[in-house]
Amino acid sequence: MFFPISGAHISPIYLVVIGFFIGILGGFFGVGGSFIAGPALRAVGLDWNFAVGTDLAHIVGKSVVAAKRHRALGNVDLKLGLIMAFGTIAGAEVGAQLIQMLKRAGNVNLVVSIVSIAVYLSISTFMIWESRKTLSQTRLPGGTVKGANAKHDPSAFKHVTSGIQRLKILPMITLPASGVTISLWIILLVAFVGGLFSGFLGGGAGYIRMPSMVYVLGVPTHLAVGTDLFEIIISASYGTFTHAVKGNVDILIALVMHTGAAIGAQIGAISTQYFTGPKIRLAFVPLPLIGAAIVIYTLMSGHKL
Amino acid sequence: MKKETARTLRAFLIELAIYAVLVVGYFFLVLHFLGEGLHQLEARHRYTYAGVAILLIVGQAVVLENVTTLLLRMLRGRSE
Repeated sequence: MFFPISGAHISPIYLVVIGFFIGILGGFFGVGGSFIAGPALRAVGLDWNFAVGTDLAHIVGKSVVAAKRHRALGNVDLKLGLIMAFGTIAGAEVGAQLIQMLKRAGNVNLVVSIVSIAVYLSISTFMIWESRKTLSQTRLPGGTVKGANAKHDPSAFKHVTSGIQRLKILPMITLPASGVTISLWIILLVAFVGGLFSGFLGGGAGYIRMPSMVYVLGVPTHLAVGTDLFEIIISASYGTFTHAVKGNVDILIALVMHTGAAIGAQIGAISTQYFTGPKIRLAFVPLPLIGAAIVIYTLMSGHKL
Repeated sequence: MKKETARTLRAFLIELAIYAVLVVGYFFLVLHFLGEGLHQLEARHRYTYAGVAILLIVGQAVVLENVTTLLLRMLRGRSE
C-alpha cells in the first residue's frame, strides 16, 4: 500500500500486526514502545525522521485507548498526570537541545548509545533485584487487582521511597488517587528526567518514567502504568505536533498502525488486573534489555535500525 | 482448558474477526478519501496538518475504543 505523505510502500497488515503487539506492551506496562516501533518502521524502509514522528502520533492514539481502559479500572491519577506533563515537556525540550549540542560536537551517536545502554541495563538490573526480593518476602493476595486492591503494592525499596516522601520541600501535593503526599518539586523532577531521556534517546521514555513513579514517588504499579499512559497522551501530542510541523509525521501510517494498537492496548490494560505490582515489575525487566540489545546491535553493525 | 477460558478465547476470536472486517473497510475509506487531501495539507499548511493529525488519531482512538467495548459487551453479554 502506498502512503503519499512519506512516499513509502508498506503492507497495512504488517503495520496492524506491529501496532497490535506494541499495543499489548503499552497497555500492560504503560510504555510507548518506540524501541520496537522505530526499528520496525525503519525495517520496511521508512526514513528515520518519519519513523520517529509517525511513531509518536501512533503512541498518542494507543495511549488514549489504554488510558481510557485503565481509568475504567481505577488506575489513572489525573492530578499527577497533569502535573507530570509540564515536567516532561520541559525535560524533552532540554534533551532535544542536548542532542543538538552533541551533534555540533560530532559525537552524538556514541554518547547517546553508551548512555542508553547504561540506563537500560541499570533499570533492568535494579527491577529484577527489587521485584524478586519483594516477591520472596511478601505474601500477595489472590483475585483480581483493581481499584482499592491495586493500592496495596509492596516493594523491597519502600523504605527509600518513604524517605523521599518525607522530604518537606514546599509546596507538598496530596494525590488521593495514588494515596501519596509528596513535594511538587520531586514530581516535577521525576517528570523532567523522564522528558530529558525522551528528548535525548527518543520515544516516550516510559521505561524510565514508570519505574520512577513506583520507586521515587511511591505510586502503586497499576496506577503508575495508567497514569503514565495518561501523561504520554499529553507529552506525545506535543511531540507529534512539533514533528508534524517539521514534516516528520505520516498520519496515514499512524492511523493504520493504530487500528491494531487499539485492540492490543485494551488486551494489555485488561490483563494488568490479573497480575500483582511486583509481578508486573518483574515482567517489565526484558523491555529495557531489548532496548539495550537494539542499541548494541546498531553500535556494532553500524546499521541504524 | 477450563470452560471459562475457552469461552473468553472464543469470544475474543469472534471479536477479532468482526474487528478485522471493520478495519479493512476502514482502510479503504481512510486511504481513499483522506489520503490525497492530507498529502496536500501536509505540503501546503504544515500547522493545520499538525493539528488535524492529532485530532484524527485521538478521534480514531475514541471511536475504536467504543467499537471494541461494544463488541466485547455484545459477545460476552456483560460490561468489561
